[in-house]
Amino acid sequence: MQVKSFENIAWKSVAHIVLFLFALAAVLPFVLLVSASFTDNQTAVAQGFAFIPKKFSLDAYNYVVREWRTVGRAYSMTFIVTVGGTLLSLAVTCLFAYAISQRDMPGRNLLTLLVIFPMLFNGGLVSTYYVWSSVFHIKNTIWALILPNLLMSAFNVILMRNYFQTTISPNILEAARIDGIGELKLFLAIVLPLSAPIVATIGLMGALAYWNDWTNGLYYLTERGGGHLYTIQLVLNSINENINYLSNNSQLATAAATQNLPSTTIRMALAVLGLLPILLAYPFFQKHFVKGITLGGVKE
Amino acid sequence: MVVFAREHPLTRVKSAVLFTRVDISIFGICPERGSAMTAIKKARRYMPFYIMALPGLIYLLCNNYLPMAGIVIAFKHLNFQKGIFGSDWAGFDNFKFLFASNNAFRITRNTILYNLAFLVIGTTLAIALAILMSEVQGKIASRLYQSLILLPFLISWVIVNYLVNAFLAADSGLINNSIIKPMGKAPIMWYNSKQYWPFILVICSTWKSIGYSMIIYLSSIMSISQDYYEAATIDGASKFQQVKQITVPLIKPAMITLTILSIGRIFYSDFGLFYQVPRNSGPLYSVTQTIDVYVYNALMRNSDFGMSSAAGVYQSIVGFVLIISANALISKISKDNALF
Repeated sequence: MQVKSFENIAWKSVAHIVLFLFALAAVLPFVLLVSASFTDNQTAVAQGFAFIPKKFSLDAYNYVVREWRTVGRAYSMTFIVTVGGTLLSLAVTCLFAYAISQRDMPGRNLLTLLVIFPMLFNGGLVSTYYVWSSVFHIKNTIWALILPNLLMSAFNVILMRNYFQTTISPNILEAARIDGIGELKLFLAIVLPLSAPIVATIGLMGALAYWNDWTNGLYYLTERGGGHLYTIQLVLNSINENINYLSNNSQLATAAATQNLPSTTIRMALAVLGLLPILLAYPFFQKHFVKGITLGGVKE
Repeated sequence: MVVFAREHPLTRVKSAVLFTRVDISIFGICPERGSAMTAIKKARRYMPFYIMALPGLIYLLCNNYLPMAGIVIAFKHLNFQKGIFGSDWAGFDNFKFLFASNNAFRITRNTILYNLAFLVIGTTLAIALAILMSEVQGKIASRLYQSLILLPFLISWVIVNYLVNAFLAADSGLINNSIIKPMGKAPIMWYNSKQYWPFILVICSTWKSIGYSMIIYLSSIMSISQDYYEAATIDGASKFQQVKQITVPLIKPAMITLTILSIGRIFYSDFGLFYQVPRNSGPLYSVTQTIDVYVYNALMRNSDFGMSSAAGVYQSIVGFVLIISANALISKISKDNALF
């Protein structure tokens, strides 16, 4: 018994040490970013960033507050796109998944196949880009941030269909139908409330995808025509693109051109603003999020 | 049936649940339904569901199926004035150009080798962490570790770009200032030195995704019955033996499925990782450019629709073959885990 408990303690200690180190490695970059954003810019350039600011300064945040028109607009665009996109995406996904969860519906297998096939084969970026920009003309409109790719994920449709099929008893539906409830009302009043856990999980995943998305803006918004639609991610991305452009074309990097670019600590402060809402909300959605991952990882 | 249909709406549902078995049997002999129901009647009964599926169906057509038709772009000399179908045919010219250049080999090699590295390192680490996590008994400690290790998974690659830059920036970066300079060496121009990037990219990818795969394996470990471990303890098996003889064999199905799935997707790379983290820096292309980044750069930077779409179609077709083969392999090993 003595040996056993010693072994247990050894295992537990190793587990705690290793996990602690990994948790630390996961968090340290964030600490560095926040510390960088509170560092005096000249000190940062001369002596570099550190996990604790070498010379504390609020300059970067003062700049952000002065330029709040740009930052605030990007923030509100992010919120509009996230909320609007998530709601629209949930509506389309739930309705489609509910339809293909009807076991005897003629054409059900065809509809299911139509959802799954794009997971295996796709037209590629070029033709997707061509279709959205030259057929549907969504370039430099808000739809560019909502429609392409994100609106309905095949994976979520299948997860939701499985949920409807396994947890909603057909008997309840049949009984309600006998009572003469219309299908849409039945779905909204009975099926959706019973499916609250999966709707919350998929909505959460969707919201995170919209919040974090920068590719749609990269493809379908141009700085000139669509700059006013930039979300916070796109503002961060476009700052980088401009810096890269100048450093790759150094003859263009005149004093005037570089002056317009935010200094290194301001960039770090903007990045902090880009992830702050997620960090603040994380403790509240962590549980749902983990559930969503296990739902997706283990196929039913 | 008729009786509780007239009852109060709240009690109705409840009683309906209790009596449904009876209801259906009554309904089953109803002459309107049953065998006499024609296809048209059935379709009409399902009309509301077709309408519900319509928005999703339209979206699939616009977002997925129309672009599939757009694959012809790869076989055309695309001219925007003439549109896709008015443009001149190019045959396999675009593909010839692509494969005649060094690019095709380079981007294929990068995509496949990085995916293999992510797969081996990611899977090993995720399983090791999941096993250790299952040893942590305290609820709070376990939740805390999980949340923190999962944190990087929540943020976008744009933000990761900034985080990495705080370490690697030539002037203000932490590594040059706090490690390289004190050693008396010249600062390293990270974004111009390609020899470091295979390591940097593997670290970044693992850092961001390890929490996700750890949680998947942890849920698989948690579903193992405690009885096995208790029996093994009574038999005097050591912890290490238990892990080797019980845990690993029992999470093997999950491991095999996930591995085969990743092999099926080995031709696809995470655009964000390879585009954002190296900051699309030209000197690094030979070790950082994957198929997805190449397609993007050819399309958006050089407006080279021919090369870009040829590379995209090459990816789609080989990717499709790989996914189908991977799935065939899964269903051979265990039918339940097959995707379709």
